[in-house]
Amino acid sequence: MAEHEALHASHVLEYPYSRSVGPVIGAFLTGLREGRLTGVRGAGGSVIVPPTEYDPTTGEDTGELVEVGPGGVVETWAWVEQPLPKQPLDHPFAWALIRLDGADTALLHVVDAGDPGSIATGDRVTVRFRPEADRVGSMADIEAFVPEGSA
Amino acid sequence: MADDSTIEGRGPVTTLATPIRLDFDFTPGIAQSVFLRGLARGRFMGQRCPKCGKVYVPSRGSCPTDGVPTTEDVELANVGTVTTYCVVNVPFAGQSIEIPYICAQVLLDGANLSFMGLIQEIPTDEIRMGMRVEAVWVDEADLTPSLASVKYFRPSSEPDADYESYKEYL
Repeated sequence: MAEHEALHASHVLEYPYSRSVGPVIGAFLTGLREGRLTGVRGAGGSVIVPPTEYDPTTGEDTGELVEVGPGGVVETWAWVEQPLPKQPLDHPFAWALIRLDGADTALLHVVDAGDPGSIATGDRVTVRFRPEADRVGSMADIEAFVPEGSA
Repeated sequence: MADDSTIEGRGPVTTLATPIRLDFDFTPGIAQSVFLRGLARGRFMGQRCPKCGKVYVPSRGSCPTDGVPTTEDVELANVGTVTTYCVVNVPFAGQSIEIPYICAQVLLDGANLSFMGLIQEIPTDEIRMGMRVEAVWVDEADLTPSLASVKYFRPSSEPDADYESYKEYL
């Protein structure tokens, strides 16, 4: 290379943050690690998933933890034809808002539907967890949701 | 509250790893590429301003005083003068050098700009302004176009430089 050409190099900037999750999200993540889906009871008895420490409408402390799922309903979805390297699946999938059985709010996650013709608003889906040994207490402990009956 | 029953005796989840990672294709530009290629040969390369004659190392490709391109490449000496310094006693995340260590501004002979260097082979309480130092390079096989090619600076055997010779560079 000529002396007066610019060099190039790859450069990675990475911050290894870890955040404290608090008692309620901590319980939710612990549940994921154990293969359970957990919500929390808010003001008026509604069940919030993922759980929050405070009711989003009244600001009051939320109450007891409630087990929800493992099935739910697709409220809305968007198809990803060409997944990016760090997205949850390496083949086409849907991002979806899923209202789990027993919940009053929807959870954002992935539906491994195969093709965009195999998912529709109102469809029933069910959770597919990673193998127990691979679960660490993270949203990624849920590998994906899948159309009910196909799991 | 959380159900504390856990698998494999692991406690409840209290933290979540949330790393942030950015992948860059970095280019230092033409002028700094001259500097970096020099490092790969074990040499310090700077550039001279055609108007004021000052030599910048590493050069950014233009003179900040005159605003003109610096087109003349200049090879600098392997020795220089400590203009100012800092002794690092505080450990921090990712620290790769054993504390205490000396971080100094080194003005290479022939240059009009100092740059930061690590000073070794001297007790930290003996460092002083004006101390003459020389660059110690990695083995020739390990030279790369990176400042990692310079292992550190160490005292040369010369007497200290006069304050007058570096007072403009503090």
